[in-house]
Amino acid sequence: MTIFDKNVNRRRLLQGGVAVTAGLAAPNFFIKGAWAEEFRNNPGSAKSVKFGFNVPQTGAYADEGADELRAYQLAVKHINGEGDGGLLKTMTPLSLKGNGILGKKLEYVTGDTQTKSDAARASAKRMIEKDGVIMFSGGSSSGVAVAVQSLAQEMGVIFMCGLTHSNDTTGKDKKRYGFRHFFNAYMSGAALGPVLKENMGTDRRAYHLTADYTWGWTQEESIKNTTEALGWTTVKAVRTPLGAGDFSQYITPVLNSGADVLILNHYGKDMVNSLTQAVQFGLRDKMVNGKKFEIIVPLYSRLMAQGAGENVKGILGTTNWHWSLRDAGSQTFVKSFGQEYGFPPSQAAHTCYVQALLYANACEQAGTFYPPEVIKTLEGFEFDGMGNGKTLYRAEDHQCFKDVLVVRGKENPTNQFDLLEVVKEVPRADVTYDAKIFGGELGPYKVPL
Amino acid sequence: MSAATIDSPGNQKAVAPSANDGGSSRADHIKFLIFALAVLTMPIWLSPIGAAYPDLVQKFAIFGILAIGFNILFGLTGYLSFGHAAFLGVGSYAAVWSFKLLTMNIVPAILFGVLAGGVFALLIGYVSLRRTGIYFSILTLAFAQMSYNLAYSVLTPITNGETGLQLALHDPRILDGPAGAGLPSTNLFGMLTVGYTGFYVCAVMLILAYYLAMRIRRSPFGMALRAIKSNQNRMNYTGFNTRPYTLAAFVISGMYAGLAGSLMAVVDPLAGAERMQWTASGEVVLMTILGGSGTLLGPVLGAGIIKYFENIFSAFNDQVLGRIFDFLPEGLQEAAVVLFSPFVGEGWHLTLGVVFMLIVIFLPGGVMEGVARIKARFDRSRSDTAR
Repeated sequence: MTIFDKNVNRRRLLQGGVAVTAGLAAPNFFIKGAWAEEFRNNPGSAKSVKFGFNVPQTGAYADEGADELRAYQLAVKHINGEGDGGLLKTMTPLSLKGNGILGKKLEYVTGDTQTKSDAARASAKRMIEKDGVIMFSGGSSSGVAVAVQSLAQEMGVIFMCGLTHSNDTTGKDKKRYGFRHFFNAYMSGAALGPVLKENMGTDRRAYHLTADYTWGWTQEESIKNTTEALGWTTVKAVRTPLGAGDFSQYITPVLNSGADVLILNHYGKDMVNSLTQAVQFGLRDKMVNGKKFEIIVPLYSRLMAQGAGENVKGILGTTNWHWSLRDAGSQTFVKSFGQEYGFPPSQAAHTCYVQALLYANACEQAGTFYPPEVIKTLEGFEFDGMGNGKTLYRAEDHQCFKDVLVVRGKENPTNQFDLLEVVKEVPRADVTYDAKIFGGELGPYKVPL
Repeated sequence: MSAATIDSPGNQKAVAPSANDGGSSRADHIKFLIFALAVLTMPIWLSPIGAAYPDLVQKFAIFGILAIGFNILFGLTGYLSFGHAAFLGVGSYAAVWSFKLLTMNIVPAILFGVLAGGVFALLIGYVSLRRTGIYFSILTLAFAQMSYNLAYSVLTPITNGETGLQLALHDPRILDGPAGAGLPSTNLFGMLTVGYTGFYVCAVMLILAYYLAMRIRRSPFGMALRAIKSNQNRMNYTGFNTRPYTLAAFVISGMYAGLAGSLMAVVDPLAGAERMQWTASGEVVLMTILGGSGTLLGPVLGAGIIKYFENIFSAFNDQVLGRIFDFLPEGLQEAAVVLFSPFVGEGWHLTLGVVFMLIVIFLPGGVMEGVARIKARFDRSRSDTAR
């Protein structure tokens, strides 16, 4: 086979050489101005700063994404001093003055993560490189959060995680430029343990169905550790692909496995589908080993409960926050969110709203947007009045520690949002763990531009 | 070019993509130089439409390479592969592993990426090319989807599943020695290949890829490939064994995809399984058809258009739309925002779909056919006035 019909002559070689030289020289010409700024996207003397809100607008987690975006828009309003002020009224200690951040008006840009690491990073890069955001936030999947967080570290722009529940986010994949307010799988396990013991005893046989990615793996591990410490045995743990849709082939074997508890490590539409099918298969009406068969959904959300409808009744799980909490912070947030949109916020909305406020507050407190200073302000920051009681941003792993809610699907809901009842508010001390158990390293404060 | 070679302007045959190889080698080289110049100056002339930022121009170049490679298979031999994203993914994984195990220098990463793409294409091509037409497409689709699912769950130790393969502080990197504080950056013998430097690496690769595709097209080998497209049976009856040719085209195409995949890892050292999903494979097909299959430049244009839509249109929200229609009076502005908002933001797929339909219906040869038609009309009117 001949690929080339002509030999390369001297003239062509010279032409090619010139083109390549020009190509190699061009970068120096275009990037020479890039070193002038002290840190990436320094707003300098500009009158406004921008946040980037990177949420899933399409795909399995789109419902959560839409609610997150609403919360962010509300947060921007409140930081700029518009609307009723929201949690600015209850947060302590508070540095924000309701005139933007450090006197600069806050603006925002949005992007679609599509719940895919690649798309999320592309969208985040656009926000950083094109729109010049000073901070970005969002996400509704731990896979995405981990991927985007490492981008944040590379680019030197702070990422405030949205909804991500995997231990890895602030465990083995933690980053200096990433912060998480949401709780994690370990905390779910620690909070759920005593309640499970009380409700189901110490002699149970558990069967896990697990979403096959970082979040599912760590949740399965954490729940397993908790239940086995109670004295339960784990019959089997089966991994299911994300977005499987039909779980019947995974649920049928549960019936004959001798297990008397099914633990669903699923989230979003997956959880809605697997739970609905498990209930339709009659699992909950069965008696196995002389005990009533139970289903547990370790990570619950109101949006999911809405999707699963009747089937959530009586099912136990944990949640980061719930709109029915009676403390002043939660009540204020529910009120201003409700006035704006006409329905109560989800836990995703709550965590995203709080994250945006926390970052803005840290900038105001530090008196600068310079990321290493902002990071140092957030590390070890303890605050109150934003729901969940007194909360600490632990410096060692950038994980927030606060009260965790154990909830149960309500038997007699009074309205379409009143689907979960809080069984127990597990105090912060009970879910705190040693930062070293998950390994990982935060990395440096200063990153080269 | 005279009016005589064009036929009548309404006649599609005259400007059909496969018929535009009448130009001389000299004309090709002039086109090539213009192309190279246009690619290298992308950060300048793209800034008025808001596309001049490193990540997007990198994507233009990378997906340009992918589409050129795909076109060597589809445009020349007519074999429609629905699994090209698999090679892209394999290239990415190979490159990231090179970063993890060997060195952060991009040269070995690119070589491994191309090699991995080629070997993988050889394996899949050897099996799939036993069939033609729709059966071939389905086979490649099946293989690609299989690779995706393997990467997504079964091969998690190699691919890190859904989270994606990433660099870690404690990777061996045996050629680089111990790492300092923080993750190292990809580099070309010390020059960091992020931001615009990363783009220029991709741009030079795109220009080389274009040049190679141009040479392949004009070579006897390329002629054989096009003969296969027009009538493979006849080729076989004349005693010409087409298998080695189609397999070679498939492997070359796979290597292009491997190159594109490795470049994606170069500018952003992470490889995720969703790169191999069937939607990603379909995207390459869309790019090529949108731009004009069988032409050299078309696939690059198609890649640019799709990536532009994906990154810019998807980011429009009501706020941005409001600013665009600022010039309209109050009521009209709101009406315009309401009217256009389903087509931007999360609705960008809808806009792309409409554009794609319009192009396929009115310009079956893609954007390049549009260009050729305009050029033909222009030439005719010029020769009319000369007469």
